[in-house]
Amino acid sequence: MKITFPHMGNLWIPLKTLFEELGTEVVVPSPITKKTISLGVRHSPEFACFPLKVNVGNFIEALERGADTIIMAGGTGPCRFGYYAEVQREILKDLGYDFEIIILEPPQGSLLGLASNIKRIANHKTWNEIYQVVKIAWQQILALDVLHETSLKVRPFEEHKGSTSRAYERAVSLMVEARTEISIADALSYGLKMLKSVKQTSSLRKPLKIGIVGEIYMVIEPFANMEIEKTMGEMGVEVHRSIYLGHWIKEHLLPKVFSPSDVEEIKRAASKYLNHFVGGHGLESVGRTILYARDNYDGVIHILPFTCTPEIVAQSILPEVSKDFQIPLLSFSMDEHSGKAGIQTRLEAFLDLLEQKREKETLQGAV
Amino acid sequence: MTVIGIPRSLLYYNYYPAWKCFFEELGAEIILSDKTTKNILDSGVKVAVDETCLPVKLFFGHVQNLKEKKIDYMFIPRVVSVEKKRYLCPKFLGLPNMVTNLIKDLPPILHLDIDLSKKSKGYYREIYDVGKLFSSNPVKIALAYKKSIKKLQEYQKQLLFGVTPMECLQSLEEMGEYPQDGKIVEDGEKSGFGRVTNTLKIAVLGHSYNLNDSYISMDIFKKLQGMGVEILTTEMLSHSAQSSGASKLRKDMFWTFGKEIIGSAYYLLNKGIVDGVVLVVSFGCGPDSLVGELIERIYKRERTLPLLFLTLDEHSGEAGVLTRLEAFIDMIRLNKKSAVG
Repeated sequence: MKITFPHMGNLWIPLKTLFEELGTEVVVPSPITKKTISLGVRHSPEFACFPLKVNVGNFIEALERGADTIIMAGGTGPCRFGYYAEVQREILKDLGYDFEIIILEPPQGSLLGLASNIKRIANHKTWNEIYQVVKIAWQQILALDVLHETSLKVRPFEEHKGSTSRAYERAVSLMVEARTEISIADALSYGLKMLKSVKQTSSLRKPLKIGIVGEIYMVIEPFANMEIEKTMGEMGVEVHRSIYLGHWIKEHLLPKVFSPSDVEEIKRAASKYLNHFVGGHGLESVGRTILYARDNYDGVIHILPFTCTPEIVAQSILPEVSKDFQIPLLSFSMDEHSGKAGIQTRLEAFLDLLEQKREKETLQGAV
Repeated sequence: MTVIGIPRSLLYYNYYPAWKCFFEELGAEIILSDKTTKNILDSGVKVAVDETCLPVKLFFGHVQNLKEKKIDYMFIPRVVSVEKKRYLCPKFLGLPNMVTNLIKDLPPILHLDIDLSKKSKGYYREIYDVGKLFSSNPVKIALAYKKSIKKLQEYQKQLLFGVTPMECLQSLEEMGEYPQDGKIVEDGEKSGFGRVTNTLKIAVLGHSYNLNDSYISMDIFKKLQGMGVEILTTEMLSHSAQSSGASKLRKDMFWTFGKEIIGSAYYLLNKGIVDGVVLVVSFGCGPDSLVGELIERIYKRERTLPLLFLTLDEHSGEAGVLTRLEAFIDMIRLNKKSAVG
């Protein structure tokens, strides 16, 4: 069995650890490139959402390199993601690949289905052995999330453009190799040290603070969002994102008891505008925008894949939120046709507007 | 008398008879928005986010059309789920919120949440809360509800017998009752359909709210009938037929309408009931982008039944649609002839 899975940010690192430590061979899909996207787009339904297409590209490239088993998450709706794997299986079957796809469906009341699938992937190791490996992978995820969060804080102050990203990539590559509790802790502290030693500018200017909300895949996968965090960071903006891998795993693969604790707060914040879940992250996008406004962020960026149903609901509601809370908002609906230059231009215009708004407010404050 | 406005759009085609009965029993008057026109659609497109699907854009148009009428309330229910473990599309889940955030100065909105995804009962409370606005008598509300459910069942039975929702609703509006069809056969699957032998039989699959809005569907039923074709829709297939089709799926489909469409398409594939299938999908429909893909792939693999995939959007040209329909029908006729000869 040679296992592969779709890319989503750093997800491949803990997954590689997980499967290899359980004794299964892993084919990590090639890093996403233009070629991946065009492969995916060519074979996927035109109006499917973008992540499905990128997944298909990942799968084709991995199957070509010898993978024979695809691991994919399922879902219970109403967001389309829950049916991705079913469609992807048919697409790949029609392309003539010989493979198996194991879909990890979130348990609905019973853990049995999920458990039997896990046992299979885990070469029927004991639950205790599985638990030990899962724990290590989970620690990797948390450590990677900390590194990422730190990089976002450091980047706006870097003196040499790109130095934070270089330090971050090095820190991540250390984490790939770390497979014990101790080595993960070491890799983390060494990584943080590298990030903190990035040379900082002497400028005293307070950076603009911008929060990112939206559909989780587009937020987490830098190739899909055209590295929007890096782009903004290098423009001197402090970016904050509230969606991390850890969230996604809790949400999709574990029963509700483990849901992140901020869910209730987000729901409460959104309730005046959207008082019902709409699948995907539509409700979170609205709620988090309001929380960012309350925390005095300068603006919010909303990222969604083109035609994403839950996020269209959010997109229809967010202008009203933006008006009421006086928080500037920019929505990016992205897919294979998005160009980096266009996004850069819109970002620059948005940041100019925020700077002006801030200047006006400081002037008023002075009087 | 209290006047309630109902948009002639989306779930109107599925549940209007029940809504009408319920509110009228409680002494309210119902006003519908006008039939779809270019103006109505345009006004919806104007307020909607670009990527919104066509039927939801149209819904916004109908809301604005109703706003101009003298109504006390507008009825926009949030129908989350109508059966266990299945949902409607996310946009139905956020519909009342999208409307109130996009369109200003609306009359008060009558809303209730229907969510049967986890439990099949218990939504009566929601209905009672709405009913309370019109009557303080709980018995009266319960009776109105009971009667409206009966009305709905009658409606669904009519549809099963081969009357399209469009015909059925029109007759309900004009005459206050369903059309009387003497030729009803008490068998869901065969129903009124297939009475005439030797005519070409085509299944038109798609969302009820697209197919039965003659402006949006560009009168696809009439166009096909004009070509001498007999039409079958999802409503004319019994639940068990749809379910047996959908059972070919490896994973249960969690959209109610998606399941109806794919279930019908899979069911018809090898049954020899129809000579071809027209699948009508509106631009920007999330579930259909996957449902349509699965249907297209299996039809291509099996090659037993011709399929025409028709995508509708606000720029669709009527002439183009007609040409494609004609070509499709011609092709089927030619194939049939050569098979016979």
